[in-house]
Amino acid sequence: MSNEVTISARNVVKAFGQGDAVVRALDDVSVDIRKGEFFTLLGPSGCGKTTLLRLIAGFEMPTGGTILLDGTDITTLPPNRRPVNTVFQSYALFPHLTVAQNVAFGLEMLGRPSSEVKARTAKMLALVKLEALAGRRTSQLSGGQQQRVALARALAPAPKVLLLDEPLSALDLKLRQAMQIELKRLQLETGITFVFVTHDQEEALTMSDRIAVMSAGKIQQVGSAREIYIHPRNRFVASFIGETNFLTGMGEADGVLLGTGERVPAPGLGAKGPVTVSVRPEQLRLGLPGQGLKGTVRSLVYFGTDTHCHLGLSDGTEIVARLQSPASGDAGLTEGQEVGISFAEGGVQRVED
Amino acid sequence: MAERFAVNRLPGFTTIAILAFLALYIPIITLVFFSFNAGKTVMDFNGFSLQWYAVAWNNTAVQEAAWRSVVIAFWATVIATTVATMAALGTTRRRAFKGQTAVYVAINQPLMVPEIVTAVALLIVFAWVKVQTGYQGLGYLILAHAAFCIPFAYLPIRARLEGLDLSLETAAADLYATPWRTFRRVTLPLLAPGIVAGAMLAFITSLDDVVITEFVKSAGQDTLPTYMLGQLRRGVTPEVNAISTLLLGLTVVILTAFFLLTRERR
Repeated sequence: MSNEVTISARNVVKAFGQGDAVVRALDDVSVDIRKGEFFTLLGPSGCGKTTLLRLIAGFEMPTGGTILLDGTDITTLPPNRRPVNTVFQSYALFPHLTVAQNVAFGLEMLGRPSSEVKARTAKMLALVKLEALAGRRTSQLSGGQQQRVALARALAPAPKVLLLDEPLSALDLKLRQAMQIELKRLQLETGITFVFVTHDQEEALTMSDRIAVMSAGKIQQVGSAREIYIHPRNRFVASFIGETNFLTGMGEADGVLLGTGERVPAPGLGAKGPVTVSVRPEQLRLGLPGQGLKGTVRSLVYFGTDTHCHLGLSDGTEIVARLQSPASGDAGLTEGQEVGISFAEGGVQRVED
Repeated sequence: MAERFAVNRLPGFTTIAILAFLALYIPIITLVFFSFNAGKTVMDFNGFSLQWYAVAWNNTAVQEAAWRSVVIAFWATVIATTVATMAALGTTRRRAFKGQTAVYVAINQPLMVPEIVTAVALLIVFAWVKVQTGYQGLGYLILAHAAFCIPFAYLPIRARLEGLDLSLETAAADLYATPWRTFRRVTLPLLAPGIVAGAMLAFITSLDDVVITEFVKSAGQDTLPTYMLGQLRRGVTPEVNAISTLLLGLTVVILTAFFLLTRERR
């Protein structure tokens, strides 16, 4: 992976509808996708992630802004003239062609000599471990196999960028997890830039080099899984990725003064005025009353590897702490018990609203 | 749970069904039966014989009319299917446009306008064209047949197109296929069963037309149905039954193929 940019979207706007009913699916989106990275567009449905993917593929034209591929403006280029291939959510395999013919389609359209088409098709089928099914009709395949045909078909022409539109959403959990590993392997083996669209935060966290979190037609934050999880920029990102607790109060040099009159330590916060901080449930520590914030255990939920402890602060605010379950399974807490709540170092992160 | 209304539970359902089937099929069965008559009439059966098939087969007027029917039906089918395919692509492969319903109605006009009206209208127009150009050939019949065959070809093609996943064409474009090659390599092969089904319907629709043919044809341009109509005026012999039976057989074969083509394959 390098810092060279492959796809660059600049001030891209996409509006649907007319007159008063105009919906801005993308609202001034700018993002750089680097060569060879596994880049994920993550967000809830309707956030504009699929629209951005379709604009990169050329299936739709933006209302405004430009899209560059390796520095060349491709904004108005039709899809058949972009060195970019797509894995569709529905797979969109050609039902009248065999598995091998599906994989060979793009190469044939590019006018490659038939010997090269044959060799490359065989190589792709081997890559996704479908050599044995080359002569089958796609309707005779299972969902997971169809998925791999779609991947081989899109990878065969060796595109500069591979676009994946929620390709795993139709698979069951076990298969989905296996395909996540498979996708990552294919990406590393081919070295092709992957742009992956999903609404599943776990999928995004486990596979991506970088993630763009989207909401309401805008990119909220771009960063590695770690950056986004540990330093979420705003409330939306913090709550969409993983679970979190929000605490609001007045900013101070090294902490936040809560409405309860207690202080949450946040070294170097240096904020003035009203401020919101995010604290992940696993960053909370429970101790004896008097150590840290005053809290009351409201309920305990056992999840196997950990136990969720719902706590009430003295002003009634509810927060959740995630405690690793001890071998006995008993966290040593009872409902109604008074505890002291403290924070792991670096666990308190300021977020924008 | 309340019992659902089912028409087959009404009293007398079976009786009415049987009567309806008898009313529909007794005339046809009788017609087929008398085509094998050894006698000269279609009233008294004098024993089994294939002689009327031989008579029809060796009748040069029948041969000519049959050949003319096939030629007209073939060309009318080619024209109607081509136009219908383009019309179906135009009405389904794009966003809804203003006047789409009007276009739909225009394409299906022959199903709604009384045939006799179309026949008279064509007679008048073609008479004028004949005077202007002096052309007397089969072209008039072919064009007239093509026009009323279009809706029969259009409906199955459109149905097939509507069932096609649009993302397949998007995928082809994504895989470097130009719009034309997308059409040739993806849309057309997937549409083929619909086109063949539409062509079959158009063909048999053309083959048995009487009204428009009778009005538009010039002297000596009898098709099989208009020839038979002419024969009936002179008295009925089992020869007409034999020809009808053959036409019936052909239609059954084509319709069976049509249903095999259009039923959902699983």
